Amino acid sequence: MTAPTVELLAQRLGSAVGNVSLSHGVFVLLLEPTALLSTVVQLKSEFGFDLLLDVTAVDWPERTPRFEIVYHFYSTEHFVRVRLKARVSEADPTVDSLISLYGSAHFMERECHDMYGIVFRGNHDLRPILLYEGFVGHPLRKDYPKQQEQSLVPYRT
Amino acid sequence: MAQASIAIRPLNAPSHAFEYLSTKKDELVGWARKFSLFPYPFVTACCAMEFMAVSSSPYDTDRFGAALPRFSPRQSDLLMVVGTLTHKQAPVLLRVYEQMCEPKWVMAFGACATSGGFYQNYAAVAGIDKIIPVDIYVPGCPPRPETVIDAIMKLQDRIARAHHPILTDKF
Repeated sequence: MTAPTVELLAQRLGSAVGNVSLSHGVFVLLLEPTALLSTVVQLKSEFGFDLLLDVTAVDWPERTPRFEIVYHFYSTEHFVRVRLKARVSEADPTVDSLISLYGSAHFMERECHDMYGIVFRGNHDLRPILLYEGFVGHPLRKDYPKQQEQSLVPYRT
Repeated sequence: MAQASIAIRPLNAPSHAFEYLSTKKDELVGWARKFSLFPYPFVTACCAMEFMAVSSSPYDTDRFGAALPRFSPRQSDLLMVVGTLTHKQAPVLLRVYEQMCEPKWVMAFGACATSGGFYQNYAAVAGIDKIIPVDIYVPGCPPRPETVIDAIMKLQDRIARAHHPILTDKF
């Protein structure tokens, strides 16, 4: 397995699919959502990033495309982290699911779907995991009202 | 003569003897109930640490006859809601409360249970009194053990002075 140095990662991944930067010593790759799956396959098989740490998203209401999906990977062999970012629009917040590569993606993608409404193509179980059935909207989107409550039991009067 | 100023007892009013017995009965039942509080700890968040501190030996709420936690709502009569209540848990709390037998009391333990604390978001209920009636509120984030003991004593005082009907509309 090749040791993933920054230069090597930039050379093998960056030029082909996206924009490479270094943030606090972590390799960051901003790529197109269509190139996500192939890049992750390469990261896993070629560089040994065997641990998917986190799937989350960032809502930038003033930007287009609005959402940025963020993935963190870790190599338990080389002790290196890498961050992938993919931008999707509000109209079609869809990205490929990683459950075929990482089992841990299952719950994390469900949470991301709960909070931001990102749809993961290939993950067929996007039921609420932290929220409850019947919850309307996505609470971590910036346009979700802070004080809006969706109570499951009637309030006392 | 100001005859109208003399209070005239209606014929169907209870006699003094009955009033005396009834008062003594309330005192006796209140005394018994205040020293046999069986708390049900509905523990949801970090206040649990303080709850453990107050119920273990240095502070020892058992001195007040209010320490033995019963982990079944059907065997307890003081519901201690310790920590933040989320909207997802609210139906569970309501169900626990409804399963408790009369007479029952509720203590809101800590800022979150009292008013939602510093949470104001999609997840947290702003105070358990939106869901169930609360008898005593304990402030603090988390409350000091002394505050909790003070709350227990206040509640006991209230139980001792309350009217304890043997038959209620709920029974």
